[in-house]
Amino acid sequence: MNQVDTSPNAIANVNLRQIGRNKPRNDAPTKVYGQAIYAGDYSMEGMLFAKVLHSDRACANITRVDVSAARALAGVHSVLTADDLSACNAVMTDLPGQTGGGTKDTKQPILAAERVRFQGEPIALVAAETYELAQKALDLIIVDYEDTEGVYDPFDSQKPGAPIVYGDDNIVSTRKIRKGDIEKGFAEADYILENTFSSQYQEQAFLEPEAAVAWVDEHEILNIRSSTQVIEHYRAVADALGIPHNRVHLQAPYLGGGFGGKEVMTIEVWLALLAMDTKRPVKLIQTRENSFLSHGPRHPFTFTHKTGVRKDGKITAMQITITSDAGAYAKLSPYVLLYAVVGSTGPYRVDNLWVDAISAATNNLPTCAFRGFGTMQANTACEAQMEELAKLIGMDSLELRRKNFIQPGDPNTTGQIIRSSVWSDQCATQALAALGQQPNNSDHLVYGHGLACYQQSYGRIRWMKDTSESWVGLEMDGTVIVRCAVTDVGAGQMSALAQIAAEVLGVPMNEVTVYFGDGHLNPLAGTSTASRALYMSGKATELAAVAVRDNLLECMAKHFDVSPGELDLADSMIFVLDNPERCMSIKDMVKVCATEGVHRHNLSIFRAPQSEGLDPETGQGDVFPDFTYGAHAAQVSVDTDTGEVTVIKSVGAHDVGQAINLRAVEGQIEGSALMGQGFALSEELILEKGVLKNGSLSEYLIPTSEDVPEIQSIVLESRSGLGPFGSKGIGEPVFAPVAASIVNAVTDAIGTRIHDLPLTPEKVLAAINENRASRGVVSKSLQQKITP
Amino acid sequence: MSKEKIVTVKVNGSAVKFAVPAHRTLLEALRHEGFVEIKCGCEKGDCGACAVLLDGEPVDSCLTLAWHVDGCEVTTIRGIGQPGKADPLQKAFIEAGAAQCGYCTPGMIVAAKALLKHNPNPSLDDIKRGLGGNLCRCTGYTRIFEAVQLAAGKLRAAGEAA
Repeated sequence: MNQVDTSPNAIANVNLRQIGRNKPRNDAPTKVYGQAIYAGDYSMEGMLFAKVLHSDRACANITRVDVSAARALAGVHSVLTADDLSACNAVMTDLPGQTGGGTKDTKQPILAAERVRFQGEPIALVAAETYELAQKALDLIIVDYEDTEGVYDPFDSQKPGAPIVYGDDNIVSTRKIRKGDIEKGFAEADYILENTFSSQYQEQAFLEPEAAVAWVDEHEILNIRSSTQVIEHYRAVADALGIPHNRVHLQAPYLGGGFGGKEVMTIEVWLALLAMDTKRPVKLIQTRENSFLSHGPRHPFTFTHKTGVRKDGKITAMQITITSDAGAYAKLSPYVLLYAVVGSTGPYRVDNLWVDAISAATNNLPTCAFRGFGTMQANTACEAQMEELAKLIGMDSLELRRKNFIQPGDPNTTGQIIRSSVWSDQCATQALAALGQQPNNSDHLVYGHGLACYQQSYGRIRWMKDTSESWVGLEMDGTVIVRCAVTDVGAGQMSALAQIAAEVLGVPMNEVTVYFGDGHLNPLAGTSTASRALYMSGKATELAAVAVRDNLLECMAKHFDVSPGELDLADSMIFVLDNPERCMSIKDMVKVCATEGVHRHNLSIFRAPQSEGLDPETGQGDVFPDFTYGAHAAQVSVDTDTGEVTVIKSVGAHDVGQAINLRAVEGQIEGSALMGQGFALSEELILEKGVLKNGSLSEYLIPTSEDVPEIQSIVLESRSGLGPFGSKGIGEPVFAPVAASIVNAVTDAIGTRIHDLPLTPEKVLAAINENRASRGVVSKSLQQKITP
Repeated sequence: MSKEKIVTVKVNGSAVKFAVPAHRTLLEALRHEGFVEIKCGCEKGDCGACAVLLDGEPVDSCLTLAWHVDGCEVTTIRGIGQPGKADPLQKAFIEAGAAQCGYCTPGMIVAAKALLKHNPNPSLDDIKRGLGGNLCRCTGYTRIFEAVQLAAGKLRAAGEAA
């Protein structure tokens, strides 16, 4: 059911033998045989078990913490509160590893001292001989609270007199865009349409809760083996504890999923404190309930879109306001807001643009990174507005999109010129076509088709000056080693590096061993976030492998008496291209090269494109290395008696630049299809005055196997990306349009739009009934305003 | 601390004996004994990551008390097959690319094993229902379904040949 198109303009002379193929991943066997060891699976001699006391209040003063009974309990080795950390009770939550930019005031207390600002804020840490003892000790800790007035809405928290949660005014971050002349743009419009769209909290719900083991080793080095996307947090751990960076060794085994939820530090610093206090190894595996409170879900956003459009479909101006709920601490909210700003105009060129964006603090759960990182929420709003514009001017919505798609050479939202291919049109056309015919409505089932396109960045923000390193070497028996400290969150990060090295050096993938997840023994690869792991570490690995290959071919050219360009490596052989009979096994070749003293290894660094930030007045400048484009289309049915939505078919079509492992690419598209479906229809953290009401996997509804539609992946390859072999980042991009396409399909089915997500049966039924009452007056929602 | 009782179970064919209190779950007891291939995702039967076969039938080991399984046979993912002696389901999971992060995989293969035992020729809907208690957040389940169908086909072909 899947297909691949490659550009006729693809990079010339690329003769790929392994890249782009359907390859079983190198990590598949260990996982299906139950051998893969995750962070919580390690045990050590003398290991203690930790528990964390989280606040059950969202906003309160702490008047007393009494741990005396807990400390007195036999088998309890450490009970720590803020009093024990007075010298160093703060941890940085800003993005790690950056050398430029940075957000002020992202320090967060490790343990709450005088007050708690959100439900789940940690108050005390316990390490004991068993989990049961640790739990018993937690139960013996007495915390007296004095509830104080909190604020639970990001609009309320900006009002004068609101309780202060963060800084002086609850404002965590603001952003603006001032581009062109929106007055002129609106004057040129035939219609102006205003809408408000809002979206909810979404929980990452990775299957593996946060887990880690920490210990101080015989060299007095603090070791932490943790389920983290970012091993560079060793620096923040060291800074928090006041020890040198080179005394903290943080490593990550295979992760049981991350999706952004293991991007900021989770439990590492707690374990570090307990391990240093007890001089014993300490393990913590978060309970699912505490996991819901601990890592920061997706930000709820509200977008207002005022759009001017001509009758011919050309957008003349956009004015957008954006508000996000940062929760009680900054975490990554300023960056998520920036992503939302860049994504607010979708994949469209808008020359007259005005954006005001604000992220405000509340006493809700601190929100943080989640696949899509603000862009998907912004894109969902933009693509809803595009559908409403098309309806307003009576134009097919794909046609309207075609009139406005950004093109290579165009400036985007922040004026960044798009340099890579933009295949929005091909992707949208193919995705829609793949949906096929819409079934006829029956007495209580109505059907709808929906489309959404997107522009999503890959790679970190340019002023972070991102780099990645990788080392590639050939062993004497012709096998290959890659040493690259990428963290493998489950998308095939490790396996992709093996495939890249195998391609360049002409050996089978399973003859490449990748040492990953440990940045102290291997070169640092940077984070597995921002759809950058493969782009950056893959590029570094490609560079290193090519350098090794060049060394080998230069040596072997003398041996074969040809030029290096006349030689190739494939199927574990080196051979003369014009005369493949003249060949040698790679194993023998290595011996020749070793005898000649040729370097059979290389350490390479890849630097992403850089910039110095945005103009503060206009918000213009280069933000990201590059962008991925594509589309998702969905067919749904809606039961008009119950309001239940069923996704029947879900099609993702994306220009991925170059698939490294086609199967892994399709896996990302399929996983996105379901995660986006959850966002559109069923997933929502429900907070009442900051207190989570559905923090379990039976109450918070991620899609199950019984919710799976027919999913189709269409993979296009422009080979125009910045990654290895022209690849683009895809982990987040392929997710960006999914929810929007399903929301648009539901709108198509029921003939009216619901402006706040998710589209639960209750909301859908109410909308159907309201629409029936108004008898076909399109878009009668109070949230929509049309002028003139 | 509550009174402890000695429990003996056969795990993947070998006898394992441990002393546990009444409230200890099979999940906790077996992981403590080193069977860490049994994954813990929620401790309340919502996710299926901890599924094992108990006398051949699938259970969430987090909802099963260790005291209740004295004398039973437990099969974990490692008992279903190992490298060199792989179960067709494991081969199919590799071939179809059905594992991403891999954390749900042990429980998912256990559930699929039980499904195929009772229904060697499952329809897509049968598979969806059969795996309904096992959550996966990475794959969108599509390749897991493919893997189960692939394995079912291989098993039927082998059965017919035998």
